Amino acid sequence: MKQKDPDLLLLHAPLLRQGMTTPSAMRDVLYALTPATLAALWFFGLGALLVLAAGIAGAVLTEWFFARLQKRGETLLDASAILTGLLLGLTLPPGLPLWIAFLGGVVAIGLGKVIWGGLGHNLFNPALLGRAFLLATFPIPMTTWTSLRGDESFFHISASNLALPFMQTKVDVVSSASPLGLMKFEQEVTPLTNLMFGNTLGSLGETSGLLLLLGGIYLWVRRDLDWRIPVSILLAVVVFSGCLTLVDAVRFPTPWFSIFSGGLLLGAIYMATDPVTSPLTPRGTWIFGIGIGVLVVLIRVYGGLPEGVMYAILLMNAATPLIDRYTQPRIFGR
Amino acid sequence: MNTLRLLRRNFDHGVHPAHLKQQTEDLSIQRVPFVSHYVMPLGQHIGVPCKSVVEVGERVERGQLIAKPGGFVSTALHSPVTGTINEIGDFRGADGQFAPAIQIAADPYATQQLGSSGGIDWQPLSLEEFIGAVQMAGIVGMGGAAFPSHVKFSVPDGIKIRHLLINGAECEPYLTNDHRLMVERPEDLLLGAEIVRQKLGAEETIIGVEENKPEAIEILGQHIQPEQSVRVVPMQVKYPQGAEKMLIKTVFDKEVPAGQLPRDVEVCVNNVGTIVAIADYFLRGVPSIERIVTVSGPGASYPANLIVPLGTPVREVLRFCGGLKDETREVIMGGPMMGRPTASLDVPVLKGTSGILAFTDAETARPQEYPCIRCGRCLEACPYFLNPSRFARLARARMYDEMEQYSVMDCVECGCCTFACPSHIPIVQLIRTGKDALRASKEQPE
Ligand code: SF4
Ligand code: SF4
Repeated sequence: MKQKDPDLLLLHAPLLRQGMTTPSAMRDVLYALTPATLAALWFFGLGALLVLAAGIAGAVLTEWFFARLQKRGETLLDASAILTGLLLGLTLPPGLPLWIAFLGGVVAIGLGKVIWGGLGHNLFNPALLGRAFLLATFPIPMTTWTSLRGDESFFHISASNLALPFMQTKVDVVSSASPLGLMKFEQEVTPLTNLMFGNTLGSLGETSGLLLLLGGIYLWVRRDLDWRIPVSILLAVVVFSGCLTLVDAVRFPTPWFSIFSGGLLLGAIYMATDPVTSPLTPRGTWIFGIGIGVLVVLIRVYGGLPEGVMYAILLMNAATPLIDRYTQPRIFGR
Repeated sequence: MNTLRLLRRNFDHGVHPAHLKQQTEDLSIQRVPFVSHYVMPLGQHIGVPCKSVVEVGERVERGQLIAKPGGFVSTALHSPVTGTINEIGDFRGADGQFAPAIQIAADPYATQQLGSSGGIDWQPLSLEEFIGAVQMAGIVGMGGAAFPSHVKFSVPDGIKIRHLLINGAECEPYLTNDHRLMVERPEDLLLGAEIVRQKLGAEETIIGVEENKPEAIEILGQHIQPEQSVRVVPMQVKYPQGAEKMLIKTVFDKEVPAGQLPRDVEVCVNNVGTIVAIADYFLRGVPSIERIVTVSGPGASYPANLIVPLGTPVREVLRFCGGLKDETREVIMGGPMMGRPTASLDVPVLKGTSGILAFTDAETARPQEYPCIRCGRCLEACPYFLNPSRFARLARARMYDEMEQYSVMDCVECGCCTFACPSHIPIVQLIRTGKDALRASKEQPE
């Protein structure tokens, strides 16, 4: 028995905490994305790896630079910049010049996060904001889908990857339309199995639906993910596009095609669920998800672009404060 | 069918901390020996402090009245030992404040036998007499709140109590004092419940017990007499199952309206310890002079369930349990979710002290705080459906009036939100700051 009192702390209760922390939640998302990322690298080769690395480097360096500037300390430890860079990279076409990918990372963190006040204060998903910027600024390289690696060596790097900054990229790659483009402009349906396993054209992360779903299940098991958001998005897409298919099966894609094509799974599981930019309230998340699902189908079917996930999520991000305001739960006993 | 409905019944939200009761749940209650000095604060219950009726130097018997109620919301105080009044003055409490108290020096040669022997014939008592007796016995809520029990029993005209609900949830991790009482003194619990039920004119008694105490549920079931209309309701293990309003929601599927009391839905809720204290008084004439305390936590050398005379310094209780381990960093009075830390081990055990828990680095290390990532986990944890993240933000911005608009006063400081927050934001602490500021501004309007 010690006679002297230990120097007792006076921390407030509760002294117990559940185990998860914000950085660990971010890291879990990184782990969940690993299989799909590896698959993308396998299908597209070394060039894809470089694109991802450039996006991540842009994001992380920007985060680090502003943290230094604002003397905010080690914000890199929360892994959110790496995640933003990776998510951005997964939305890029594999043949993208590396400097563009890097610039995307810089914009994603700089305009997507830092100017809002850092983690937790941004209105829009940073990765998608970065992509929107790139799509507006570099429309041609951003919609040029290189073909799959095929028989080429893994280490083959497409010439377009190495284009110098601000030089006209020679579009000499063998390019073709993505499944959604084929569907939209030529009414040609890509087989579902190809979509599920990932050997189709598209951005890096668009390709392997099954692996993305697997990662989503991992996140759900780890309770890192608000399951309502992906479920409501997918349900809305299935129901809405199902109705359209009943009207005209040739012009409109089937629900299954809608789900496994384009960036829908990537967006629904990993981007729309970004806690910062999705509603706080449980009811709000349903509205948010359904809104995204409906917008995706609308943009895909009626808009001028084959792909609408990015704009759908960004639009609903903007609606989030409003949704939160009108979906506050009823207080107990009131 | 009935079971199915019961299974489904629960309150919404809440959290699932590990219950951590293994250390003490099978340890029988032990009595701690008498020590040399006892400090009995006059304000150890909620409400008006009581008034001393003794003089310095006066000799008192164990169980003798030493302070009388200072008003209606106030109770009597009795000497926990035979000895002499040493000092009447200000003593430091667990919150670090000095408050009036009576210090008693125990007589080392006294037998500490209780003077009065017989109980009280409670059958003929009217409700008013019963309420007066409970007040003079000094009985308060033993679950931790220390709200005078007789006030709960006094219902205004026009309200009828139909159900006596006994709170055996013990949802705070580590604590096992109520569990041991249910296991070791089921007859007294049931007799005490019968007294209260008959006096209040309630139709039935329901004892709500969390399912992690199967032994208590079984033993209580075995001891229920046919003429006692008592039901034991097993409840899902979830924090804060033992919060009055959550308990009522679980058992009766009724929401007590905000700002109202359980009696407004015809229920009277009492803790297991309170009911046993009532039994002690009416069956044996023993007023509230001791209570069951769980000593546990990773910093406690020998965890135990103890009968502790009120006013015993925490240091002496811990000494009896082999002291604190060297790595102890913090001592909490009460449970780990809602208890209060104490700065000194010289503070006394009070009527509301359900546990003395010692914590080490593992529990007190605070990971770096991150910004709120708006994940909504706190909203999904709050059993009152409040928006804790907004309170935290408003409190930091000192926008206390806005906090009030969003019903911060409905918060019971249960700690679920802080428990759930992955960014380790001290939400409850911020809420308390806001509430304190609001109360202060109410007291002195410009
Ligand atoms: S402490 Fe207050 S705000 Fe937090 S969960 Fe409990 S009641 Fe809700
Ligand atoms: S749990 Fe913490 S991080 Fe999540 S919304 Fe609440 S305060 Fe913000």
